[in-house]
Amino acid sequence: MLEHYLGLFVKSVFIENMALSFFLGMCTFLAVSKKVETALSLGIAVTFVQAITVPANNLVFNHLLKPGALAWMGLEKSDLTFLGLITYIGIVAAIVQILEMGLDRYVPTLYNALGIFLPLITVNCAILGGTLLMVERDYSFGESVVYGVGSGAGWALAIVALAGVREKLKYSDVPDGLKGLGITFITAGLMALAFMLFGGISL
Amino acid sequence: MDKHTKEVLVQPIFRNNPIALQVLGICSALAVTSKMAPTLVMCISVIITVALSNASVAAIRAHIPSSIRIIVQMTVIASLVIVIEQVLKAFVYDIYKSMSVFVGLIITNCIVMGRAEAFAMKNPVGLSFLDGIGNTLGYSAVLISVAVVRELTGSGKLFGYSILQPATEGGWYVPNGLMLMPPSAFFLIAIFIWIVRTVYPNQVEKEG
Repeated sequence: MLEHYLGLFVKSVFIENMALSFFLGMCTFLAVSKKVETALSLGIAVTFVQAITVPANNLVFNHLLKPGALAWMGLEKSDLTFLGLITYIGIVAAIVQILEMGLDRYVPTLYNALGIFLPLITVNCAILGGTLLMVERDYSFGESVVYGVGSGAGWALAIVALAGVREKLKYSDVPDGLKGLGITFITAGLMALAFMLFGGISL
Repeated sequence: MDKHTKEVLVQPIFRNNPIALQVLGICSALAVTSKMAPTLVMCISVIITVALSNASVAAIRAHIPSSIRIIVQMTVIASLVIVIEQVLKAFVYDIYKSMSVFVGLIITNCIVMGRAEAFAMKNPVGLSFLDGIGNTLGYSAVLISVAVVRELTGSGKLFGYSILQPATEGGWYVPNGLMLMPPSAFFLIAIFIWIVRTVYPNQVEKEG
C-alpha cells in the first residue's frame, strides 16, 4: 500500500509533471519566474492549495456528484456530473479565499510572503487541472491527497528550476525578437525535453 | 463599422496578439496542438466562450460589486463552458475524449478571465463581444499555425489524411516524432513570437 502511494507521488512529481508535461499553469509559470525567491513562494502556495483542493473536490465528487452518489438521500438515480466544473471552481475559489483570510489572521509573515499570489491561484489551471485529472482517473481519497501534494510539488520544482535558469539568462546576449518571452519559451521547451527522460520509467 | 470598432476586432490578431504579447491562454495552446481536429474544436469552443462571456459580463458590469467580481465572472464563464462541454460530448465524443481535461480548463484559460477583467468590465456589450472574437481569433491563429506544423511534420498528415507519404507506408517522408511531443510546441511558439516581434519591433521587451 505504501509502495503504491510512493509510486503515485514520484509519478506526479516527475513523470507527469504538471507544468512540463501537461502544460498546466503556464501563464503564471512564464510570468512569475523571473526571480527564484518569488518563484519559490508561489510554488509553495500552489502546493499548499493543491494539497487541500484536490482531496476536497474528491470528497465532493464521490459523495455528491458521482452517478448514484446521492443514494443516502434516497435519490438512487441521481447524476450530477454535469455540474462538476462549476462546483470545482467554486470550491477552489472558496478555499483560496478562506486560506487568504486565515493566513492573514494567524500567520501574517506567510501571508505577506504569499500575499499577491493567492488570488492568482484561483485561475491557475494547474489547480483546476489537478482536480479534473483526479476525477478522470477516479482516485480514492488517499490517492487524491498524495496526488494533490505530488502534483503541486512537481509544479513548484519546475517553476523554481525555470527561475534559476532565467536568472542566469540575464547575462546572455539574446536576439532582440526573442528577449523576454521568446527565450523563456525555448528554455521551458528544453526543460520539458529533459523531463521526458522520466517518461520511460514505469512504477 | 467605424474605425474604433474595427480596431477592437482586428488589432489583437497580430499587433496585440494574446499569446505572443499578453501571455494569455498558453496551456491549451501547447497541449492540444499535436493534431488539427482537436485544435479546431478547441479554437471554436474558446471563441464562443470568450465572445459570450465578454458580452454577458459587459451586460451586467454596472451591477457587479467590485469585491466579488472575480467570482461573478467565474460563474458566468463556468456555466458557458459546461454548456460547451455537454455539446461536445453529444456531437463529437471522440475528439472530446482525446482533449480530456482541456475542455474544462477553458474556464481557467487566462484569456477568458483576462478579457472579461481588462475589457468587458469597462466597455459596452457590442464592443466587448467583438473584442472577445478578435482576441480569440488571434489565439486561434497561433494555435492553428502551430498545429499545422506539428501534425504535418510529426506524422505527415493533416486532419488524419496523409499529405506527405510516410516511409513506413512506402513513401519518402520520415516523420519527425519529436514534433508530436510536448516540447516542440514551446519551440514553435517561440519562433512565432520571434517572427511577430521582428515585424513589429516596438513589441520587443526591455531587458528587465
